[in-house]
Amino acid sequence: MAPHTEQLTRPAVRLTGLTRSFEGRTVLDGIDLDLPAGSFTALLGHSGSGKSTLLRAIAGLDHRVTGSGELEAPDRVSVVFQDSRLLPWRRVLDNVLLGTDGKDAAARGRAALAEVGLGGRERAWPSELSGGEAQRAALARSLVREPELLLADEPFGALDALTRIRMHGLLRELWQRHRPSVLLVTHDVDEAIVLADRVLVLDNGRIGLDLTIDRPHPRSYRDPLLGEYRERLLAALGVTEDLA
Amino acid sequence: MTTSATEKSTTTAATATAQSAGADAGAPATARTARRGRRALSPGKRLPAARLVGPLVLLALWAAASAAGRLDPGAIPAPWTVLKTAGHLWTDGTLPTDVATSLRRAAYGFAIGLGAGVLLALAAGLSRTGEALIDGTVNLNRAIPTLGLIPLFILWLGIGETFKVAIIAIVVYIPVYLNTHAALAGIDTRFVELAEVQGLSRYRFIRQIVIPGALPGFFVGLRLGVTGSWLGLVVLEQINATSGLGYMMFQAQNYGQTDVILVGLLVYGVFGLVSDSVVRLIERRVLSWRRTLSS
Repeated sequence: MAPHTEQLTRPAVRLTGLTRSFEGRTVLDGIDLDLPAGSFTALLGHSGSGKSTLLRAIAGLDHRVTGSGELEAPDRVSVVFQDSRLLPWRRVLDNVLLGTDGKDAAARGRAALAEVGLGGRERAWPSELSGGEAQRAALARSLVREPELLLADEPFGALDALTRIRMHGLLRELWQRHRPSVLLVTHDVDEAIVLADRVLVLDNGRIGLDLTIDRPHPRSYRDPLLGEYRERLLAALGVTEDLA
Repeated sequence: MTTSATEKSTTTAATATAQSAGADAGAPATARTARRGRRALSPGKRLPAARLVGPLVLLALWAAASAAGRLDPGAIPAPWTVLKTAGHLWTDGTLPTDVATSLRRAAYGFAIGLGAGVLLALAAGLSRTGEALIDGTVNLNRAIPTLGLIPLFILWLGIGETFKVAIIAIVVYIPVYLNTHAALAGIDTRFVELAEVQGLSRYRFIRQIVIPGALPGFFVGLRLGVTGSWLGLVVLEQINATSGLGYMMFQAQNYGQTDVILVGLLVYGVFGLVSDSVVRLIERRVLSWRRTLSS
């Protein structure tokens, strides 16, 4: 991709005083947030802290929700969900191409599948894929649209530990190659530290902590210098280390 | 207290198992064969031509009983008598005409009922206005036994073909509508969300997600509809017809021709079996992505 100079000045996502509430309960309470173009950000929070609400607001999926505030987001947004959400009646390649047009669409779909390590599985049915493979296909589906912003809602939450580690490497690699802005919602502190360059903690509908993680990639879970970040994040989440 | 008692008994059982395992240690081969796999709960591999086995056994019993003279030929004629009668009726031209008439009625009624059921289900499933107008009305219609409408329809439409086709259409459209509508209404909201994220137009959303997702339900309705069309046909032709298979059987009843009645039943049976098999075949091809217990 060509370098976009204007992206350095204009953020990919800008939230100004974003408020959302369900049945009188305020879930997001006036959030101000800039996500620079091409950045990799993780959003941490307890379940029910509003992190999914925030992601859905940015994705434009929050119909029939009351709220106010301003929201700027790019046109090309992809979402990866916790479940792969492959349509069981479409083969893998057709799932990847859902909503994608053009003469070269099939070629792009194949390339995306090859990139996530599913080359040769184009004709498989989703029911024939393992959990990790299904999530790879979902990643390919989000990539094929060449998103400017990739929103991921606990995308690895349902995977086993080994598969998750492999998927972390894949996501980081894809991000480096395509450089979308990434917002990764997770409840896993270690996942956030290993993957993201900036970690936000959502607490009571506000950004409680905004932490830049200044360590080179690829990072290891065992890197002792990451321990300090972990402690600060856990403290912001209200968890003390001796309990964890 | 109960808990501790259970724990104790579990421990004893565990010790006993350990001891018996120790006793078996001298004969490892026996121990291995004694350890069976889990009981398979799936019914296992399908027998070849499984659907034909039952009917063929029944046919063999019938033939054997007739040959042995254990059946009264006036009540249940032998299979070969029935076949001979069918041959006569076919060559003198009455059977082909009756079959054609019956088939035409069933086909028209079925086609109209299928079309109406699908269209109404789509209208009710895809728009709130449609749902408000249609769903309650169809359920009201369902509450009235369709065969009970026969006298009214005869007064409205006369005793000709139109009323017969109309009754069959009603018998068919209700299960098609109910099952298709339920399937449309039951589309997973997660897929709706996915369609929004992927930027699908409304048309594509319906074509690529709603309709394929509703197909399994539609096929349930279709099979009930096929059965319904034959059911409606039999009733209509035996009460209110001057031609067709049912009429042929009704006449045979007056003259005590059991063999002709059996020919009629045989033809109905073949129609039912063939049409159901065709629907099953289509279903298996269209829904090949499904892997269920029956595959």
